[in-house]
Amino acid sequence: MDSTRGLRPPLFLTLESASERTAEMAIGIRAEDLTKVYTSPPPAAAASGPFGLGFGRRKQKQSDDVTALDGLSLEVAAGEIFGLLGPNGAGKSTTVGVLTTRIRPTAGRAWIGEHDVWQERVPVKRLIGVVPQRPNLDLALTAREILIFHGAYFGVPAAERERHARELLDRFQLTDRADRLVLGFSGGMLQRLSIARALMHDPRVLFLDEPSAGLDPQTRLLLWDLIRSDNRRGTTILLTTHNMEEADALCSRVSIVDHGRIIALGTPAELKRSIPGGYVVRLHLAAAPPPLLASFERLPGVTAVRASGNGAVDLYADRGGALLPEVARLSTEASIEIRDVKISEPSLENLFLHHTGRSLRD
Amino acid sequence: MNPKTFLAMLRRDAHVARRNFVTLLLQTLFQPMLLVFVFGKVMTSRGLIRPEYKGMLLPGIVALAMLLSGVWSVAMPLVAEFQFTKEIEDRLLAPMEIEWVAVEKVVAGMLQAIAAGFVVIPTAWLVMGSGVGLSFSHPLEFLTLTLLVSCLAASVGLALGTSVGQMHISLMFSLVIAPMIFFGCAYYPWSSLSVFPVLQGAVLINPIVYASEGFRSALVPRFPHLPKPAIYGALVLFDLLFVSFGMRQFRRKAIG
Repeated sequence: MDSTRGLRPPLFLTLESASERTAEMAIGIRAEDLTKVYTSPPPAAAASGPFGLGFGRRKQKQSDDVTALDGLSLEVAAGEIFGLLGPNGAGKSTTVGVLTTRIRPTAGRAWIGEHDVWQERVPVKRLIGVVPQRPNLDLALTAREILIFHGAYFGVPAAERERHARELLDRFQLTDRADRLVLGFSGGMLQRLSIARALMHDPRVLFLDEPSAGLDPQTRLLLWDLIRSDNRRGTTILLTTHNMEEADALCSRVSIVDHGRIIALGTPAELKRSIPGGYVVRLHLAAAPPPLLASFERLPGVTAVRASGNGAVDLYADRGGALLPEVARLSTEASIEIRDVKISEPSLENLFLHHTGRSLRD
Repeated sequence: MNPKTFLAMLRRDAHVARRNFVTLLLQTLFQPMLLVFVFGKVMTSRGLIRPEYKGMLLPGIVALAMLLSGVWSVAMPLVAEFQFTKEIEDRLLAPMEIEWVAVEKVVAGMLQAIAAGFVVIPTAWLVMGSGVGLSFSHPLEFLTLTLLVSCLAASVGLALGTSVGQMHISLMFSLVIAPMIFFGCAYYPWSSLSVFPVLQGAVLINPIVYASEGFRSALVPRFPHLPKPAIYGALVLFDLLFVSFGMRQFRRKAIG
C-alpha cells in the first residue's frame, strides 16, 4: 500500500543520545491536521465513564457533538520521549486513540514510521505498544499468562515468550505475583503489568496514556525509570500527562494541548524560557480595580499582569517572593485585601497558565 | 487474517474455559437436567405424560442447551469487555483486522455450544432412561444442524453483546430470550400448535423453532416436524442475519 499519496513522508530524526537500536530501528510518529468530532458518546479508548447504555443513546442531537481534536498536527522524532501535556478533555487520549488505530479521525492523517495509520492498520499495530489510561488487563488470566498470550497474539515463538515474560515480570517487580489472577492487584501493579504487556512484542513505538495517574510517588519513580530505560533501548515514546513534573522529568520535547489543538511545542527548557518573566505570582484579591493592576504592571521586573475575574490576578515577573512586599504595599494603599498568594517557579504548569489562562487542574 | 493471532485468541478462550470447567458444566447441564428429570422422568413414570414425550423433548432440550450456552458465552464476556474491563482492547490492538476478533468470538462460542450439545445428549438420555428412541441414521444432517445452530447461538451472542448495555442484558434475557424459549417449540412440536393457528404462524419468526424442529427431524424423525428445506433455509438466513448485524455492531463498538 502506498502511504505517501502526494504528501511528504514523515521525517526520520535520530537523536544522538540514543543507543545502537535507535540508530538502526527507531521510528517516528507524525500526525497532520487531525480532527475528531464525536457525534455519539466517545468509544472505549476515550470514554471516561465505565458504564455505557446500549439503548437510545445512538441518535444524539447536533448540539451534543463534541470536537475532541481540532486540526492537531505533531511530529515525534525517532527515539525521543515526547509528551502531550494538557488538562482532562484536552484531546490527549483521542490523539493516542487515533495514532493507535482505535479511533477513526473525522479528518487528517497519521503515520507510524512510514505506515499510514488508517491505510495500514495491521503493520502499524505490529510496531506499536499501547498502555491505556485505565488498565484493561484480562481478569481471567494470571499476570504471566497475560504476558504470554499477548506475545502469542503477536506471533512471538513459545520459548521466547516464556523467557521474555519472565524477564519483564522480573524487571517490573511482579515475579512474586506472577502466577496469580490479576483481579486482586493494586493500581500500581496493574499499571506496571500493563506496561510490561505492551513491551511483550518489543514495540518500536510505545504509547503511554497518563502512565502515572493515581500512583503513589514511589511507584511513579519506578515507572519513570522503566520508561527511561526502555527509551534507551531505542523505543520512541509518546506519553500523555496532566502532570507537568512528569513531562519535565521524562520528555525531551513537550507539546501543550488544549481544546484539541497544540498551543505550544518545545523542549521543557525552551518552553519554560518562553514564559514572560518565568515566575508567576497568583494573587487572589478582594477586588481588582484597573488602577491597581496598572500600578502592579509598573513594578520593576513585572512583565505582564493578567486578571481573570473574581479578583484573580496573575503577575508574570522575573522574581517571586521578592515582589510581595511591594504588591502588599500597593494593595494596602488601594485598600484592597489580599486573600491568597501563590508563587510558582518557572514550570510547565505556568506555561500552560500563560497560554490558556487556566491552571492545568482547573 | 493472521492465523497465528487468531489461533492464539482461541487458545486463550479455551484456556479460560478449561479453568472454569466445573462452573461451565453446571451452567450448561443444571437447568436442562431439571427439566428432563421432571418432565421426562417424573411425569412420564407417573403416567401424567405419555412416554413418547421423552423422544419429543430431548431434541428441544439439546437445541436450548446449545443456544443458551452459545449466546451466553459470547454475549456476557463481550458486554463486560467493551463496557467494563475493556480487555477487548488488547485483542483489537493485535496484528489482525478487527473483524477477525469478532469471528474468533463467534468460533469460540460455536465450540462452546457444540460442547454443550454433546454433553447434554447423553446426560439427558441417561436421566430419562429407556424409551427415548434417538436415531443417528442421518449423521450428516445432524452435523450440519449442529453447525448451523451453534453458529446461530454464537452470532446472536455477538449481536446482543455488542448492542445491549450492562444494565439491560439480564432484562433482555428475561423479557426477550425467555418468551422465545417458551415459544421456541422446544417442549412441544410445532405441529401441536395447530390448535392455535395465529400462534402457530407467529412463532415462525422465532429462530429457536427451527433449531428445535431441526434436531427433531434429525434425531427422532418418526415424530412430525417442519419440512427440512424450511428448517435449513431459515437457519441459514438467521445465521446470515445475526452474523452480519453482529459484525456491524462490533465494528461500531470497536472503532471510535
